[in-house]
Amino acid sequence: MYEKFIKKYAPTKDNLIYILHEIQDNHPQQYVSEEAVQEVSEYLKVSPAHIYGVLTFYTMFSTKPRGKNIIRLCESPPCFLRGSEQILKKLKESLDVKIGETTKDGLFTLELCACLGVCGNAPVMMINEDVYGDLTEKKVEKIINDIKGRQE
Amino acid sequence: MSLKIKVGMASCGLAAGARDVYQAIQKYLENSKLEADLASTACIGMCFAEPLVEIIDADNNSLTYGDIQPQEVETILNDYLEGKIHKDKVILSNIMEGSENENLKNQTRIVLRNCGRIDPESLQDYLENDGYKALEKALKEMERTQIIQEIKDSGLRGRGGAGFPTGLKWQFAYDTPGPKKYFICNADEGDPGAFMDRSVLEGDPHSIIEGMTIGAYAIGADEGYIYCRAEYPLAIKHLQKAIKDAKEAGYLGKNILGTDFNFNLHIKQGAGAFVCGEETALMASIEGERGMPRIRPPFPAQSGLWGKPTNINNVETLANVAWIILNGAQKYNKYGTEKSKGTKVFALAGKIKNSGLIEVPMGMPLKDVIYKVGGGMKTEKPFKGVQLGGPSGGCVPAELLDTIVDYDSITKTGAIMGSGGMVVMDEATCMVDVAKFFLNFTQNESCGKCTFCRVGTKRMLEILTRITEGKGTMEDLETLEELSENISQGSLCGLGQTAPNPVLTTLKYFREEYIAHIKDKRCPAGVCTALLKYEITPEKCVGCTACARVCPVEAISGEVKKPHKIDQDKCIKCGSCYDACKFDAITKS
Repeated sequence: MYEKFIKKYAPTKDNLIYILHEIQDNHPQQYVSEEAVQEVSEYLKVSPAHIYGVLTFYTMFSTKPRGKNIIRLCESPPCFLRGSEQILKKLKESLDVKIGETTKDGLFTLELCACLGVCGNAPVMMINEDVYGDLTEKKVEKIINDIKGRQE
Repeated sequence: MSLKIKVGMASCGLAAGARDVYQAIQKYLENSKLEADLASTACIGMCFAEPLVEIIDADNNSLTYGDIQPQEVETILNDYLEGKIHKDKVILSNIMEGSENENLKNQTRIVLRNCGRIDPESLQDYLENDGYKALEKALKEMERTQIIQEIKDSGLRGRGGAGFPTGLKWQFAYDTPGPKKYFICNADEGDPGAFMDRSVLEGDPHSIIEGMTIGAYAIGADEGYIYCRAEYPLAIKHLQKAIKDAKEAGYLGKNILGTDFNFNLHIKQGAGAFVCGEETALMASIEGERGMPRIRPPFPAQSGLWGKPTNINNVETLANVAWIILNGAQKYNKYGTEKSKGTKVFALAGKIKNSGLIEVPMGMPLKDVIYKVGGGMKTEKPFKGVQLGGPSGGCVPAELLDTIVDYDSITKTGAIMGSGGMVVMDEATCMVDVAKFFLNFTQNESCGKCTFCRVGTKRMLEILTRITEGKGTMEDLETLEELSENISQGSLCGLGQTAPNPVLTTLKYFREEYIAHIKDKRCPAGVCTALLKYEITPEKCVGCTACARVCPVEAISGEVKKPHKIDQDKCIKCGSCYDACKFDAITKS
């Protein structure tokens, strides 16, 4: 079932990370399942153990189902100095989740991440591929509501 | 079309809402008599004033507006049509008296020469700004060894952190015989507080391609990789477009510019691992492995990617190459100090007014970087220290602000130049807490291969946590220093070797703060929650019960309309009462 994503790339081991990204990005629950690992293993002729080794080494990959939108709040010092703790508190409250958890409606997963390189506009978070900066509690609420609105 | 409007659409601009501004301008232009060419550009470095909109008229008079909100677009453009300028909104202009920002006036822009000026997705824009002229010169007028000599003469040193002379690195790769060599660009920028590579990749991707192609030609490589972190999707998008365009125009691929030189360039994406910025880990990652460092020697120049001779340079280093080839080494090494030539891009973050990117000649005193170019502190609280070089670097205190920025002077303070991140801290920052934060980062990012890095940083983090909780002992300080020494010595790569730096420098310059936490059980900056004490001033308390109601552990008691009291044994120092009190009756000390 993952064939169309896997076969976009030549069957060489150096394409492994690309293939895993492709699978994860196209999965509605943004993760790499056991079946996917099996398929990749057969295609690239590398062991599932190797693939799990790579999957679990890189923080952006997940082997567990996640929400439709991945929120990554930067936990690095430049954002911390400008109040990321307050933003985290707000996110936890308005989503009613802890770090690493997914909301009940399956819309959001809250994660922390290392520097996003937008420190000039700290505090910063990334939702999927979009970056949001100069965050305030009010702004966070609006961003979350906007995304919720778009899903309905 | 006579009028040009440019919107800064790099990640920083987008993060601040540039897309909405762009759309508002687009909508305005559809319904107005104003005729203008709307384009996007990247980051000019003034992240603090994003979103930025520049209006350039037929005579090249330019006005750059800062902090533009979508709802302001109509008024600003209407007024512009009538010749009225919102002076308070203009942060840069070549026609307005006094608007030439100090921030730009004191800069020398080589690496950032095109950033925020050209449309990064337009090859034409790059070509109009001397793009690919250096490549043509290198391929048609210079010998390979001549190119390497020119880079050596320029004095260019690696901008990724270690500061190794670039020309010498190229020489090593050139000297290693072999039919197959690789040229890699390290775009895995991960230092918290550094974002110059992102800006160049997003804002001037062709300059990296040109630098790499010149380098590949010089060392004799026919294949290259740009290893970019997955956290930079916009950079990857711009690179992909740039590579495609360059290939179609004959600047990449087979028979470049009609010569017999071939160079194929690929992008490899990371997946969130800081350690992949280390060159051997990066190569492992390209090969589809866990990104773990390997023992050196052999160095990449002898045995790198798939065992072949490989040269790796950082983004900022490569952005200098075309400029040096075109303008000559002499013009480049005019800038800088004896051992650190040229310019350096610094990323200003933290409690600084003009947060963003700046490029200055090496040798400028730190205080000029922070106060003249950076505009000084963001808040009224005084400067306390600046973390140079991210988690591998160190914290430089106020008394060392006369230090000049070059590789050797910064190393003398115990910090490192690193990638050029400057995280500015004010008096409200607890240095023990900051050291803990940076160490927490390296601890998380340690790949786990070397025992000292894996376990040692963990033990150090436990000690620091203990100290910030008021449970530290004076012995802990010695243990920290001993562990630091061992971790530096016992780690394979730069991550481990430099991980203790933030702790060592804060211990050196802010030792009294550590001692206050240990002996007096006090956090001088009032940051460490476990050491805080919340008390109610009876004279101010009106007995509204707001604090008692929010206290999660029922530590506050008292009758309605009578002063309340906090039971210190029960208090968990969450600060809820402090936030809830409307009468300033609760003090934090």
